[in-house]
Amino acid sequence: MRPFSYSRATDARDALERFQPGTMYLGGGTNLVDLMRLGVARPDSLVDVTRLPYDTVEAAGDGLRIGAAVRNSDLAMHPVVRERYPMLARAVLSGASGQVRNMATVAGNLLQRTRCPYFQDISHPCNKRRPASGCPAIDGDHSGLAVFGHSEHCVATHPSDMAVALAALDARVHVTGPAGDRVVPMPGLHRLPDGEPERDTVLAAGELITAVELPPPPAGASHYRKVRERASFAFALVSVAAVLDVADGVVRDCRLALGGVAHAPWRAELAEAELRGAPATQEDFSRAAEAELSRARPLPRNAYKVPLARNLIVRTLQELVP
Amino acid sequence: MAEITLQVNGAQRSVSADTRTSLLDLLREHLDLTGTKKGCDHGQCGACTVLIDGRRANSCLALAVAWDGAEITTVEGLGDGAEPHPLQTAFMDFDAFQCGYCTPGQLCSAAGMLAEGGPSAVTADLTGDPPLTAEEIRERMNGNLCRCGAYVNIVAAIEDVSR
Ligand SMILES: Cc1cc2nc3c(=O)[nH]c(=O)nc-3n(C[C@H](O)[C@H](O)[C@H](O)COP(=O)(O)OP(=O)(O)OC[C@H]3O[C@@H](n4cnc5c(N)ncnc54)[C@H](O)[C@@H]3O)c2cc1C
Ligand code: SF4
Ligand code: FES
Ligand code: FES
Repeated sequence: MRPFSYSRATDARDALERFQPGTMYLGGGTNLVDLMRLGVARPDSLVDVTRLPYDTVEAAGDGLRIGAAVRNSDLAMHPVVRERYPMLARAVLSGASGQVRNMATVAGNLLQRTRCPYFQDISHPCNKRRPASGCPAIDGDHSGLAVFGHSEHCVATHPSDMAVALAALDARVHVTGPAGDRVVPMPGLHRLPDGEPERDTVLAAGELITAVELPPPPAGASHYRKVRERASFAFALVSVAAVLDVADGVVRDCRLALGGVAHAPWRAELAEAELRGAPATQEDFSRAAEAELSRARPLPRNAYKVPLARNLIVRTLQELVP
Repeated sequence: MAEITLQVNGAQRSVSADTRTSLLDLLREHLDLTGTKKGCDHGQCGACTVLIDGRRANSCLALAVAWDGAEITTVEGLGDGAEPHPLQTAFMDFDAFQCGYCTPGQLCSAAGMLAEGGPSAVTADLTGDPPLTAEEIRERMNGNLCRCGAYVNIVAAIEDVSR
């Protein structure tokens, strides 16, 4: 690991002032420290942002404002989250381990980097790690990587479970930075790789996440379901965050987001459009899933994700029918 | 270099260490508390689990400097031969280890887990506080791997203490 200096910021302004070229913000460190040890991240200085006054979950109108420094375990244990946003609590609980969730922060979870095996191994080229060096995953092991929205430059997936639930809930990410404050809607924080896979998100250098705001929970029943290679403590091969509101056997509204399939949480807008106003039957759920998956572009070793995603969508929606 | 002061197993310890030092290395190399083990050094095995301010955490992913001022409990602080922690007694009674390498992490993780409560990923109703069935314990202990495969007895030992 390269030497670095460490300091603790006391508030957002202090954090922004401490940010120089070569600085990285430090949350719980569960991803960043790992990547520093692997030689993937090489900051000159760390500015610790876990002591910023963003460690509470508070009512905001009819919604909720979650501080960026709230630990993942505290988010999942919060009574209002469990009661009103159970899909979010379940997504967070399905990620990592009790130990990691106790350390990990909300902002750090959103900004964790891909688990692409070549990205994490500096003996390989990787466009995300070193622009224009190539993407060995395209002809190599992409079995866990993207089927939607990838480019000839990168086929990585974003690994966060929490981000998938937030994308389905229309969360808004509050950001402050050298150019002032702004709000980034979810989905929309994470970008598709296009020709710039080195950029995971739309954030500019030095921008600091301060909070995640949830609008009032959507009507209907919700669920987060995750398929992985072992029963627990593994990243998603495919996951789904689903909200379904049914009245008189007809879908009034729905939200559907997929994880493990793209460089960003994948909001299944084509499926949602098919579902609104349709009968809440297995056939209609299958049709909606097929509509979404018609735009999948699987690679030779991850084609299994297409039927897996279809079945996961259909089964999860069926469970949500009252 | 950084000056780091921690409350370790009830005693204040001050160390001057490189900012790169993990809490795990600080405990083992600087404070000679070698009960806490290094398995993977990537957060994937749980051998390095300690309690930070009473909550279980992977000391391999914790930069010591980032936890300056914190209270740390390691397996040495849970109990000793003279006065073992109930989990330590149960692990012996239930034969919950073979080589023992994962055991300090299992013990600290179980101690932290028993204090947590609330739902887990396998709980049906997230608003409640479910009983700690074997299924719940397995899910909650997912961050602690045992290469010897002593899981059955580890779960039985923890279940016994939780009752
Ligand atoms: C073994 C293991 C298994 C895991 N399994 C899962 C899983 O199944 N599902 C899942 O979703 N995740 C999983 N994770 C990932 C884990 O959720 C993330 O490592 C964690 O959420 C990152 O949060 P952190 O606070 O530790 O971030 P850090 O590691 O501290 O930081 C991550 C990034 O965020 C930036 N950052 C932090 N805070 C801010 C801020 N306020 N503003 C701007 N930038 C900021 C940092 O600069 C860094 O680039 C796993 C991790 C491990 C180690
Ligand atoms: S898929 Fe993306 S992250 Fe993986 S090797 Fe290719 S460029 Fe790198
Ligand atoms: S050594 Fe820390 S989790 Fe393996
Ligand atoms: S007892 Fe040997 S690794 Fe668990």
